[in-house]
Amino acid sequence: MSEAVLLIGTKKGLWIGRSDAERRKWTLDGPQFEMQGIYSVGIDTRGDRPRLFTGGTSEHWGPAVFHSDDLGRTWDEPPQGSIGFPAEADASLERVWQIQPAPADQPGVVYAGAQPSSLWKSTDGGVRFELVSGLWDHPHRKDWGAGFGGQAIHTVLPHPTDPARMSVAMSTGGVYRTSDGGDSWEPANHGIKAHFMPDPDPEFGQCVHKLAGHPAVPERMFAQNHHGVYRSDDGGTIWKSIADGLPSDFGFPIVVHPHEPDTVYVFPLVADANRIPADGKCHVYRSRDAGSTWEALTNGLPEVPAYAPVLRDALCVDQADPAGVYLGTRDGCVYASADAGDTWTEVARHLPDVLTVRAAVL
Amino acid sequence: MAVVVKLPTVLRPFAGGVERVEVTSAEAETTVGAVFAALEQEHPALRRRLTDEQGALRRHVNVFLGNDNVRDLDGLGTTLTDGDELLILPSVAGG
Repeated sequence: MSEAVLLIGTKKGLWIGRSDAERRKWTLDGPQFEMQGIYSVGIDTRGDRPRLFTGGTSEHWGPAVFHSDDLGRTWDEPPQGSIGFPAEADASLERVWQIQPAPADQPGVVYAGAQPSSLWKSTDGGVRFELVSGLWDHPHRKDWGAGFGGQAIHTVLPHPTDPARMSVAMSTGGVYRTSDGGDSWEPANHGIKAHFMPDPDPEFGQCVHKLAGHPAVPERMFAQNHHGVYRSDDGGTIWKSIADGLPSDFGFPIVVHPHEPDTVYVFPLVADANRIPADGKCHVYRSRDAGSTWEALTNGLPEVPAYAPVLRDALCVDQADPAGVYLGTRDGCVYASADAGDTWTEVARHLPDVLTVRAAVL
Repeated sequence: MAVVVKLPTVLRPFAGGVERVEVTSAEAETTVGAVFAALEQEHPALRRRLTDEQGALRRHVNVFLGNDNVRDLDGLGTTLTDGDELLILPSVAGG
């Protein structure tokens, strides 16, 4: 029988939700990795058996990436560690913000985005990662800034059909893309505003909070910016606002429905200067026309006033049909929808701040 | 010569479960940094939790020689002689 797994990374450890394929009732395991901020989690469903990942940081003992081949019951790291800068880089790893398996036609390839801003590639299924030097050596790197969360590559978006192409996003720095397998990179931010800079239209330096795409429309990407919700229809060359109809253009996450390329989800916050939910309610917003119109999703989400933000990786979808959508809040609540966001059920409450969620039906 | 590194409970899983790890050296004296580097051979996962990949002591790890925090001595360059014991303690950090 199929089972569903929901990884919940929090400021103080990992919890795992478990359900059946219906995804209506959940049990919760945890915590694991106590006293670690679990900034990234991943689920690789490509192999013979699913592999789970955590990218945690202990304030005392540093960052580490672990993997599990038994759905999170036990975790391993290789003796020499999964990820670490070579001596010549003269840098040390602070956090791993993203663990992203590549498309299915690149078995064994897993990417990681980290702080300080760096991209990493594994070819052994995510056991060992190597620094992608083409981006690390980029002449812009000295000018990439640090947002409050730290200077990090937090989004890795492999091209769905061309292994040589990929986009990443960093705060701050914006979107960069490669078309030669990572050897060279160019900024791809035209149209994305940087309201916090004297020139609001710089070549790079934007604070893009999250990127998302859909395999069926390879040239289209969505971006939630530090003010601004955008869509590009040409692989990131030009970005246009799709924020009309939203209560606010500020927020952190953006995700695309697994089977409907035009369906996209965001969680609007009031503004840069007031980072609470835009309606004073825990409402997800969904567009079913690639950002032309938006609707609030409320059925099953709290009806009481709610003031907890949702962080950039704390909104996700699974790949099932009907699609599951998952939401984690900074006041430690987790909600799941098994019908693409139409209705929601509570998975957890009173956890530590939720930093990231990822889910799969296996 | 040999020195001992005493571990807090949370780090013992990275050293096979033991509280005390002995590090030997052919020299008459050694340093804190050399002792941590020597951990790489048998306990690389423990070494990573004490120092980062460039060898720097992690910010919220405290290492005591007697009652002295080695940061108040000569840091990783602090000299050790036979029989010395290093006590590893997490600082009051973490939020």
